[in-house]
Amino acid sequence: MWSYTLRRVLSTLPTMLAVISVCYFLLHATPGGPFDSERQVSAAVLANLQAKYHLDLPLWQQYLMYLQSLLHGDLGASFRYADWSVNDLVANALPVSAAIGGGSLIVSLIIGVGLGIVAALRQNSVADHFVMLIGNVGSAVPSFVIGPVLIIVFAILLKWLPAGGWHDFELRFMILPMVLLTFINVSVIGRVMRGSLIEVMHSNFIRTARAKGLPTRVVVLRHALKPALLPVVSLVGPLAISSITSALVTETVFSLPGLGKLIVNGAGNRDYTLVLGLVVLVAVLTVTLNLLVDLAYAWLDPKIRY
Amino acid sequence: MLSAKQFHEMAATVTPAGSVVAKPRSLWSDARRRFVRNKAALISLCLLLLIAAACVVGPWLLPHAFDSADWDAMSTGPSLKNTHFWGTDEAGRDLLVRCLIGGRISLTVGLLATLASVSLGIAWGATAGFLGGKVDAVMMRIVDMMYAIPYLLIAILLVTILGREFYLVVITITVFSWMDMARVVRGQTLSLRSMEYVEAARAMGVSTTRIIFGHIVPNLLGVVVIYTTVTVPGVILTESVLSFLGLGIQEPMTSWGVLIQDGAKVMEVSPWILLFPAAMLSVTLYCFNFIGDGMRDALDPKER
Amino acid sequence: MALIEVNKLSVQFQTPDGVLTAVNDISFSLNRGQTLGIVGESGSGKSQTVLAMMGLLAINGAASGQALFDGQDLLTLPATALNRIRGNRVAMIFQDPMTSLNPYLTVERQMTEVLEFHKGLTRASARVRSVQALDAVKIPEAARRLDMYPHEFSGGMRQRVMIAMALLCEPEVLIADEPTTALDVTVQAQIIALLRDLQRDFGTAIVMITHDLGVVAGLCDEVMVLYGGRVMEQGCAESIFYHPSHPYTVGLLGAIPRLHQGEQSLVAIPGAPPNMAQLPPGCPFSERCTLADRHCVQTRPALAPGQPGSDGQAGVLRACHKTTIEVLHHARELGV
Repeated sequence: MWSYTLRRVLSTLPTMLAVISVCYFLLHATPGGPFDSERQVSAAVLANLQAKYHLDLPLWQQYLMYLQSLLHGDLGASFRYADWSVNDLVANALPVSAAIGGGSLIVSLIIGVGLGIVAALRQNSVADHFVMLIGNVGSAVPSFVIGPVLIIVFAILLKWLPAGGWHDFELRFMILPMVLLTFINVSVIGRVMRGSLIEVMHSNFIRTARAKGLPTRVVVLRHALKPALLPVVSLVGPLAISSITSALVTETVFSLPGLGKLIVNGAGNRDYTLVLGLVVLVAVLTVTLNLLVDLAYAWLDPKIRY
Repeated sequence: MLSAKQFHEMAATVTPAGSVVAKPRSLWSDARRRFVRNKAALISLCLLLLIAAACVVGPWLLPHAFDSADWDAMSTGPSLKNTHFWGTDEAGRDLLVRCLIGGRISLTVGLLATLASVSLGIAWGATAGFLGGKVDAVMMRIVDMMYAIPYLLIAILLVTILGREFYLVVITITVFSWMDMARVVRGQTLSLRSMEYVEAARAMGVSTTRIIFGHIVPNLLGVVVIYTTVTVPGVILTESVLSFLGLGIQEPMTSWGVLIQDGAKVMEVSPWILLFPAAMLSVTLYCFNFIGDGMRDALDPKER
Repeated sequence: MALIEVNKLSVQFQTPDGVLTAVNDISFSLNRGQTLGIVGESGSGKSQTVLAMMGLLAINGAASGQALFDGQDLLTLPATALNRIRGNRVAMIFQDPMTSLNPYLTVERQMTEVLEFHKGLTRASARVRSVQALDAVKIPEAARRLDMYPHEFSGGMRQRVMIAMALLCEPEVLIADEPTTALDVTVQAQIIALLRDLQRDFGTAIVMITHDLGVVAGLCDEVMVLYGGRVMEQGCAESIFYHPSHPYTVGLLGAIPRLHQGEQSLVAIPGAPPNMAQLPPGCPFSERCTLADRHCVQTRPALAPGQPGSDGQAGVLRACHKTTIEVLHHARELGV
């Protein structure tokens, strides 16, 4: 198991390196960008850039020094704000995104798996159709449509919750964004869990378990659940990653000071180095999440550990 | 060992059981039959064609231009009395026309990006599948790496760097939409290459061209059609998200994503400005989803 | 009273093309320590018969008739009562041991849970019994292998594990659905020998489903030959083997290659397996039967005892319009 882990970790490095390098060199090709001598920035920002990116050195040395600073956890300097490094901005924004994204992911897994199981075991019932309906709506209707609709219903019409904004991790600002993210995640998880469990229940080994006279509860929980969860587990990675990208929309819709808003604003301001630093951060997070998912998969399925 | 004569004698004794033999059906007529039977898919197809027609022809039939401000009617709700059937936005521009024009852009971007990514995907996948070996391994590794990257982020980076010209938006979207097609085409090509009937055809001396066009391409067409109907809504959605975030189509052009962004800013006061384009986008995406499902069911060889 | 008594069991499936009758009017009985072989081609309904008895039909399947086990009708028992019988007093083993064992659980878990549920044993004592069971089916290093996963066993050993698992509660009946079909011939012989020994030691009644007549010959007291969901011939195995009184049985026996055959060609049953949705109104075998005439196609022959007085025909039921003499003559012509 450990040699497998090590091998997987090592195999992620080329991908990360590729992403980082591509982004870095793209930035160099940009006219008017941070590494172009034609750039128009304030003196303070220029000083920061010089310090962080060693712009007087040959390109390949700049690149290596950039990689080195990444390894030290330094994500660079902002192209627009002289006072803030990328690390500072991230430190403020990351907890917000993590709280909302992480929280809703956990809730989505619980609700999604539960709904999927109920739908699978009671096919074609009201519960089943309900789950399929959520699945349909959540996957077809974009989040930036559902979000504003939620705001219209709960904030404007019912006035139960604020329409957006943020104050120091207060729950009332977190509820609607989490509902949005949870709805979207549950639509995927529910459908996958349902389909997967239905398929597993048709397996030969489930027939054997029933032939042994085991009650349905045991057959489902002990025999069917583990294999049925495998597709859901392999979903968690992409879902976690997509919650990073859905954070972009969610934080824009609800005006939350998270990572997503940071990226969107950075892109809007053409704050290249900020966006670069953030993309690198997200790429690393993505690859790490994928890795964790693969390891979880191997742990669940005894046949995979080769 | 049987002699040829004995083989033929034995073969002659095999008669089909009963007199009912299923009529032979080609893949396409079978698929068309099944698709037509799927009510949701059929309705979706008609609805989609209606929307497309409206977007193309509608703006010519309506009295308002999409960017002309009607000073007498700023931010009015939908009504039948004046000619602003869907109301106006804060600048007095007719919403219905803007939705239709936006639809033109969204659908055009969707079409172009789909065409580009489907072509790229097929070329990539077929090459990888056909050449096999190390080339295949490297090409699919690149696909895996593309999957590992959160596309929206790179799309944002590209837009930041390259700007928001129309063609750049299309390119950006294409770059992240071709992988599914490539993977599927490559898988199909690989399995087709070693299919027994292909080997049998080769053993019987059928020429390579006939094998490719008679056996491989028809089977590829099936998955290509299915995945194209899956790619289109994804592409439209990507453009909408980018535009919603203010990173896609820019003024003076508009698209559904831009309209929704505009609407979200004033939704507390004038919700219709958000709801109409949102509804159009959602209905379009729904239609594509149902059509895609219908196509998948119709063309799935396991169902035959 | 017989241990198992099945009366006019029928199984029907709701398909998009209409109602399909997979099993039609099957009756048989089984006593303690007896072995019944159910023989037929793929699609003849032999598996569906026992699946119906065990309550394991697919969702779109429905069984009618009676399947009495120790006086209780298995077809009408509520789920909890059925679960007390399944795996405990009536056990079943399946054709493909790789897919029939749960690949995500250890063998130990899959075996101990049977004892925990049916006999109320603790996990530890269930473990001890499981090791004994694996020993009984001659699996080497049973204690170590108990903690392994099914994919770590070979095909033959997996089937032994299935058998051991089925016999944990010392059932009165063991139903074996083509247990050796997926295995090599040598392993096949070992498994059959194992079943024979276990039957001798525990007195278990066995229902053996197979398409292989060799397996039947080695193991079964009684035989039931099915075709198109109906019984063609039924009775004492020895009688049916040496004096087949139904054209289908004759065909099956004739198709077995024999070492001393020499220049003779194999006798094939002409035609193809039946389309279960389009069976003729009469005998389902009539389309392929070389003795059949129009009467056979139109009118279904009843299952009735063979004519008294012919050799070894006592106790054999057959469903054929032709007389036993005609069929025996036909058999001799083919050298069966």
